[in-house]
Amino acid sequence: MLEVKDLHVTVEGSEILKGLNLTVNPGEVHALMGPNGAGKSTLSAVIAGKDGYEVTSGEVLFEGKNLLEMEIEERALAGILLGFQYPVEIPGVKNIYLLKAALNAQRVARGEEEIPAPEFMKLVREQLSFMKMDGSFLQRAVNEGFSGGEKKRNEILQMLVLQPKLAMLDEIDSGLDIDAMKVVAEGINSLRNADRAILMVTHYQRLLEHIVPDRVHVLVDGRIVKSGDKNLAHELEARGYEWVLEESAA
Amino acid sequence: MASQEMEELVSREYTQGFVTDIESDTVPPGLDESTIAFISNKKGEPEWMLEWRLEAYRQWLTMTTPSWAHLDYPPIDYQAISYYSAPKKDEDRPQSLDEVDPKLLETYEKLGIPLHERAALAGVAVDAVFDSVSVTTTFKDKLAEAGVIFCSISEAIREYPELVRQYLGSVVPQGDNYFAALNSAVFTDGSFVYVPEGVECPMELSTYFRINAANTGQFERTLIVCDKRAQVSYLEGCTAPQRDENQLHAAVVELVALEDANIKYSTVQNWYPGDENGKGGIYNFVTKRGDCRGDRSKISWTQVETGSAITWKYPSCMLRGKDSVGEFYSVAVTNGRQQADTGTKMIHIGEGTRSTIISKGIAAGRSDQAYRGLVKVGPRAKNARNFTQCDSLLIGDRCGAHTFPYQEIGNNSATVEHEATTSKIGEDQLFYCQARGISEEDAVNMIVNGFCKDVFQELPMEFAVEAEALLNVTLEGAVG
Ligand SMILES: Nc1ncnc2c1ncn2[C@@H]1O[C@H](COP(=O)(O)OP(=O)(O)OP(=O)(O)O)[C@@H](O)[C@H]1O
Ligand SMILES: [Mg+2]
Repeated sequence: MLEVKDLHVTVEGSEILKGLNLTVNPGEVHALMGPNGAGKSTLSAVIAGKDGYEVTSGEVLFEGKNLLEMEIEERALAGILLGFQYPVEIPGVKNIYLLKAALNAQRVARGEEEIPAPEFMKLVREQLSFMKMDGSFLQRAVNEGFSGGEKKRNEILQMLVLQPKLAMLDEIDSGLDIDAMKVVAEGINSLRNADRAILMVTHYQRLLEHIVPDRVHVLVDGRIVKSGDKNLAHELEARGYEWVLEESAA
Repeated sequence: MASQEMEELVSREYTQGFVTDIESDTVPPGLDESTIAFISNKKGEPEWMLEWRLEAYRQWLTMTTPSWAHLDYPPIDYQAISYYSAPKKDEDRPQSLDEVDPKLLETYEKLGIPLHERAALAGVAVDAVFDSVSVTTTFKDKLAEAGVIFCSISEAIREYPELVRQYLGSVVPQGDNYFAALNSAVFTDGSFVYVPEGVECPMELSTYFRINAANTGQFERTLIVCDKRAQVSYLEGCTAPQRDENQLHAAVVELVALEDANIKYSTVQNWYPGDENGKGGIYNFVTKRGDCRGDRSKISWTQVETGSAITWKYPSCMLRGKDSVGEFYSVAVTNGRQQADTGTKMIHIGEGTRSTIISKGIAAGRSDQAYRGLVKVGPRAKNARNFTQCDSLLIGDRCGAHTFPYQEIGNNSATVEHEATTSKIGEDQLFYCQARGISEEDAVNMIVNGFCKDVFQELPMEFAVEAEALLNVTLEGAVG
């Protein structure tokens, strides 16, 4: 589904990704770990199409299509959705309005009619209660005044409504209390199916206890230096990154 | 008239062809006392009116164009403008919608302002100004029943001379400023509203102005008087077709609110702004002023400005009555090479007077805009309060927004608050929306509309919808 091949990315003159390779197949959940500043957020931003990143070489394919040639919204419409580490506030724009615009953009791109209002409300209300969110969140401006945890839930709410093929989640677990962690994890788990892939950036094993990954990768200094199954995450939790660095240097 | 009836009226087959031009009865370009006499005579005005006009003209001759506004435009040749244009048969011009030249209605449609839709919405009465003569007035009966007078200013001068004489120029005197003086001398049409004591106007009153014949200056004069405890909501909308030459528009709007009266004046202004090089747009120099003459009276201006090549406009409130209230809610959008210098003046004269100013400026392309606001608190205005919030949003880096807040506080019991922000449209906000599949253009519209929400929610519902649409059209291609 997603193939990243020997990706080199430069930000403001310095190389951040230095030949990164990653393959994600449908149905799989991948966890991306690694020290601060290694390039994890950079990778998800490049896949989503954010400006300011210069791809100097390498390829990113999504379902065989060259992602790097596509506009940001085209990538989203193709089924890639990025859950933000720091979701931005948009004053005056109602949360529900953004959701509806996003869903309709998808539908129109697929050549379908816009969703009828009652159907939309039903869908949103279901997912809202699944995320244990209050109805008032729909009427509030996008992320404005939301607590850190509420913003994260809201990101998952969008995922549940928009049903992407590839969900990328950047530190969705940061700033969540214990109960919220469960709710968010349940939300993500409900997205799991044979056709969908999930790529999660996280620092903590705790999230991976709720959402058991198929693959775990360690990203260090712009490259994936070690990959393994869920046990790798346990090992990292216990031993830190030092040994991985030594191993990869050897 | 039922809205359904109205629909049928305007949607029935046009009997005339689409190509027929409306014949105009236009005076040759130029301005002197005889032009003014011609206009006054055409309108069948009484002698005092002509005198009033001539007085204004003589004052105008001694005045010069204001040069302090943050605008740049070539000098206007006032002798090259034609000051009167009317559909030929003045006597038998249509009195209701079904008599209106279908071509006019069609033009409205083309401009995306379907008259019937508007009129149908919540029983809006429509007094459309086509060139210089009001061609259609509807809902008159219903208004008459309530005792509300809503007609063209020309008709008012003939039919209600005492009212007009009492109030005309009482808010904006003839010599108030250069453009007001010119307007006073040559105004050819506009609206007159009088809401009698204790009457709440049963419907929103609405006027659409447009400019049609080339080289015709447009000088409307609007006078709205709300007697004690009366209420009215008035909507003004403007459109103009594409032009090659810049056209002058110098309107005057006067509002008078007596004791406990409430006037809400909303404008959605959509004049042709010129092409992307600024060629061919409308010059809009308007004097709008409300006089809260009575105690506890309230005047509220709400405006959405997206058009014109050049806008120079400061709807103002004179807060004379004790505890009277003035409000100004404004969204100004400029794109291409548009220039706008707008703002408001809140003049606190009476005790306990309050005012609120919310101004949202959005600049895109190579446009330039300035907000110029004056809050003046006089010595008698004990405990006066003002709150001003002035936000600017820039799209791209070739546009400009400037804020000039002036305060003259002559009373130390006054509370005056001013907040201002300038922000660039957030790259992060755009990315967030786009990463959800929303196109850049839609994302800009969404963010901009969100930015303007505080003002849009002051607009009557159908106007708010239209305002959003207008904003989107104005900002088309602003990014990328
Ligand atoms: N816009 C930018 N300008 C300059 N440097 C940048 C920019 N964006 C990212 N970087 C740098 O790129 C490197 C990788 O950043 P990135 O955010 O991808 O790290 P990360 O792996 O997500 O780290 P964390 O675990 O702390 O979130 C960092 O050194 C960061 O400072
Ligand atoms: Mg990061």
